Amino acid sequence: MIIDHPLLGPRDSAEFTYFGAATLMDRPTPEDGPKAMHDYVYLRDNPVGLHRELWYHAQGDRSWLVVTRDTMTQVITHVELARDVATAKAGCRS
Amino acid sequence: MKYNAWNIFRQGLTGNRGWKEAWRKAEPKPEYDIIVVGGGGHGVATAYYLAAKHGKHRVAVLEKGWIGGGNAGRNTTIVRSNYLLPGNQPFYELSMKLWEGLEQELNYNVMMSQRGMLNLLHSDAQRDAGARRANAMIMSGADGALLDRDELEQNYPFLDFDNARFPIKAGLLQRRAGTARHDAVVWGYARAADQLGVDIIENCEVTGFQITDGHCTGVETSRGPIKAAKTAVCVAGSSGRVLAMAGMRLPIESFALQAFVSEGLKPVLPTAFSFGAGHFYVSQSDKGGLVFGGDLDAYNTYAQRGSLDIVQDVAECAVAVMPSIGRARLLRSWGGLMDMSMDGSPFIDQTHIDGLYFNGGWCYGGFKATPASGFCYAHFLATDRPHPVAAEYRLDRTMSGAMIDEKGQGAHPNRH
Repeated sequence: MIIDHPLLGPRDSAEFTYFGAATLMDRPTPEDGPKAMHDYVYLRDNPVGLHRELWYHAQGDRSWLVVTRDTMTQVITHVELARDVATAKAGCRS
Repeated sequence: MKYNAWNIFRQGLTGNRGWKEAWRKAEPKPEYDIIVVGGGGHGVATAYYLAAKHGKHRVAVLEKGWIGGGNAGRNTTIVRSNYLLPGNQPFYELSMKLWEGLEQELNYNVMMSQRGMLNLLHSDAQRDAGARRANAMIMSGADGALLDRDELEQNYPFLDFDNARFPIKAGLLQRRAGTARHDAVVWGYARAADQLGVDIIENCEVTGFQITDGHCTGVETSRGPIKAAKTAVCVAGSSGRVLAMAGMRLPIESFALQAFVSEGLKPVLPTAFSFGAGHFYVSQSDKGGLVFGGDLDAYNTYAQRGSLDIVQDVAECAVAVMPSIGRARLLRSWGGLMDMSMDGSPFIDQTHIDGLYFNGGWCYGGFKATPASGFCYAHFLATDRPHPVAAEYRLDRTMSGAMIDEKGQGAHPNRH
């Protein structure tokens, strides 16, 4: 599987460590309660089709990427820096 | 019709025209007492034990494709009960005992071969862990033995004993463990269940659940609606997408596991064995091919195929532990759909929806569990109580903290 890194170009997926769903970027606060934290840590959508997920470039530039990949066809449609995704979200909130 | 020597002889005399289908192509009825969603090994086993042990005959197995077409049709066939934790080992030993009597019980040849399973140990600490596990096995009523290097060299000379990087210090052997033919188990259970009145319904995909006021009264399918007092989901790697139709999220992610078969070789492996310094396990089939596997493709996928870096990984482990395998040609590879749970251990439980039950989270170890999974799921469905050996397989253990971390690697599916 080839992941097209926004800064470094196409890289073998073996250079990366897969972390999981990109929803893991949205960590709940203590005020949200124990059930919210439990669901965040343990429950997953695990969808068929497009999946936004976190890959860590462990053997490259050590950046985190948000990859949009179809879990049925393995086709990657979009790759962005997790930092950009996070700052865009923060921008929307304020 | 019973499979026995007399019937083979009798049918042979009359042109073999009298053999019946192994199971009827049943038409779905409008209602059953219990519907089992998923016609894999666990699903047909559940239906069989519901009929055979609990007198439940108004049971249907709904399978979207053909029975045994998922992981039961593509695994590495190893059967063993060599787990450590009290929440796991008694369950797998129940399964082992059921395996031992299975061919007689089902009147079906599943090619059960108790050739042994040997776990290689490469350090003092790993040998200590092996001793602990052997003791846990013995305490559960299973068999377990720790062999030293001399015994291993004598009995398994094909292993690389000169390897300074991964010295073989000892081995944990379960003699009663072995292999079984994966397809045959499904067919055997299906035929036996069918003979007890269970409807095996293939080409019938569940497209929705009938749920009102937190109560499940049946399913919608590609062949029409079917009502049932109890609906038991049992679909392994498809657990997420099936239970999403009931509005549920699960502590499960679907990863791919690749497995491989080499060209046919003369008998070289008297036992199944696993490498202790890397994730690799192998056995030799009766056709002579080496059947082996290793690490997962550890990312969410439903593609049932993996990437080439894993193929290289597995090949490297193979050559490290058994150098002669390097001259064999790789004949076939395939990938399956693994329901990876957060702690590496399964679930057999009811859901929060009345009348809806769940069996899944087997990760890559579901085949050996087939008999006990069916046995315990049937017990739960018939009595609404977990079977004692499956008592810890609760869906809410992620909330209660009672995780069954068999490998001691932490609660995340990537670790298993």
